[in-house]
Amino acid sequence: MSTIEVKKITKKFGDFVAVRDADLTVAAGEVVCLLGPSGCGKTTTLRMIAGLERATAGDIVIAGRRMNELPPEKRDIAMVFQFYALYPALTVGQNIAMPLHYEKLAKTDADKRVRKVAEILHLTDVLDRMPGQVSEGEKQRVAVARAIVRDPNCFLFDEPLSRLDVELRHSMRGQIKEVLSGLSKATVIVTHDQLEALTMADRIAIMRDGLIEQVGTPHEVFARPANVFVASFIGTPQMNLIEAELTGFADGKAEVVLAGNAVALRTDPAVGRLAAGKVTVGIRPRAFATTPAASHDTIPAQAELIEPMGAETLIHARTAAGGDIRVVVPRGQRVKIGEALHLRPDPRQTHVFDGAGKAVRA
Amino acid sequence: MAEGSSIWERLGFRRASGVGEAGWGHAVIAGLISFVYFLPVLIIIITSFKLQTEALAVPPKFLPTSFFGLIPDAYVFTPTLENYTSVFSRSMITGAAAENTGFDRYFFNSIVIASVSVLLALAIGTLAAYGFSRYPLKGNDTYLFVILTTRMLPAIVVIIPVILMFRAAGLSGSYVGIILLYTAFNLPFTIWMMKSFFDELSPDVEDAARLDGSSEAAVFFKVCLPQVVAGLAATFVFGLILTWNEFLFALLLTGVDTRTVPVGMNQAVAGGGIGVLWGLLAAIETLFLIPVFLVTFFLQNHLLRGVTFGTVKR
Repeated sequence: MSTIEVKKITKKFGDFVAVRDADLTVAAGEVVCLLGPSGCGKTTTLRMIAGLERATAGDIVIAGRRMNELPPEKRDIAMVFQFYALYPALTVGQNIAMPLHYEKLAKTDADKRVRKVAEILHLTDVLDRMPGQVSEGEKQRVAVARAIVRDPNCFLFDEPLSRLDVELRHSMRGQIKEVLSGLSKATVIVTHDQLEALTMADRIAIMRDGLIEQVGTPHEVFARPANVFVASFIGTPQMNLIEAELTGFADGKAEVVLAGNAVALRTDPAVGRLAAGKVTVGIRPRAFATTPAASHDTIPAQAELIEPMGAETLIHARTAAGGDIRVVVPRGQRVKIGEALHLRPDPRQTHVFDGAGKAVRA
Repeated sequence: MAEGSSIWERLGFRRASGVGEAGWGHAVIAGLISFVYFLPVLIIIITSFKLQTEALAVPPKFLPTSFFGLIPDAYVFTPTLENYTSVFSRSMITGAAAENTGFDRYFFNSIVIASVSVLLALAIGTLAAYGFSRYPLKGNDTYLFVILTTRMLPAIVVIIPVILMFRAAGLSGSYVGIILLYTAFNLPFTIWMMKSFFDELSPDVEDAARLDGSSEAAVFFKVCLPQVVAGLAATFVFGLILTWNEFLFALLLTGVDTRTVPVGMNQAVAGGGIGVLWGLLAAIETLFLIPVFLVTFFLQNHLLRGVTFGTVKR
């Protein structure tokens, strides 16, 4: 069975802790994305799985076998590198055939495998060229071809699309997803691009400062972020995270002083168990409705900057306390600069985070 | 050439934007500069075909032929191969029979000593450089610096202790001794040069090879080495030229059997009390140039890549 289990692994470089107690399980056929800002430890985690870095503590179990002590060549893992890492002195075809060379496969069988993989990734025409003579997109596909040419325990991708332009990235995302779905292997993809993670992953693990903050399906991490960091990291435009003072809870509504106004917002009932004090209220820009008149559950603000985005319009609105709220309204709704807005958040999409930044949910 | 282009452009002085695009005007200037630099070598080669009297003539005789009387006789010499034959065999005392000068042996010595020691330094230095580059030790830079300091002293400063050590170890006058010394002499810059070539390589490629199943030895031999062939060639040629031309250590540490050409050359032209035999000296020098010239010539494609390595962004 092609599975990856990472149990409480920690990596220290001197005094610096790059990864702390990371837990991750990837089932056969599942694609998990490690998502996070640069320097969060996601590549280090991947390299520990690959065996290129040694874990300071914890266990790495691949295909049911503990592999901490095994060197990379014994782990039977295929990896695609950010800068492709093609062998510069070999042709595209020889590059793809390289992993088979070490498997001591018969020449004709190896050729057959290379041809088949080249066909899947549309590389048949460039097999005889050198890596320096093919386009960036082709290099990327050669790297993928080299990974899928044999039958490894699992696949690892380190920022596979970061060097491609927007259009290529879009088409490669689809191609890689398609190729992976036919292989039923455990796959880990490292990326800092949330769109890549949301589109390619079955589950996403969001990392920050060496910690895995949340693991969940793309839908879960978007709809139910576990903490302020995940809430701010996933979704464009970014979720509004507004500092507020919780004063009470009545009738399923949290009474908060938010941006200088006392408002009552319908939230998750678990907020009722929270003691009064500082909280962060998170509302996605698309979760606001504008109402013509002020009400006890609306936030007053003034439109300050208007950015049409095509299908929708992004409004930066200023609250009485000087905070900035991003609101996305449909294209048809005309808003003028300076106009007073009354914003009513959608109660199902209003997240309350406690003083420590953790989401408060039932 | 397009209409409206200036006289300079028509002469080839247009802005070059790529290899081979510089016009022949540039080529002429480059040729002139090369000629100036090559002139001393040219004079040596010409002199090697002159007799002593012609070699000392004022004004100098430039050409071996008068081009059917076009050039006045004062500037023309009669080419002779006498210098070349007397490199290997001549009479040491006027009137005596010609005897072997030992230069065949010296050339053999120079070739063996230089190539063995440079190859040895290359083998050891490349491994060391790979280690310094890929598995840095605590205080890596200090080690590298210490290695370099061995080349900071002029040879003359260390020669006396080296002679004493060689004598004590029984190495003076032996091939092993001088080869060991030259190997040590070549190691510092071999390590430094090869380290810079290894540093330029992307470690990702090696990691990829590891994941593809290669052992550490295969990573070094099959992935890294093929990528630094140009560097190996450049380092080999630099080392060869340095060792080939080395005089001081060779003078003091080689014996009669292991004498190299620079030492032999010194003794051949200085003796006899009849002044420097310029023709003979030039002939030895010309012969001495040939092996290094050939090596450089056959490695020139690698050399160009070697010396420009790292100047082009990947």
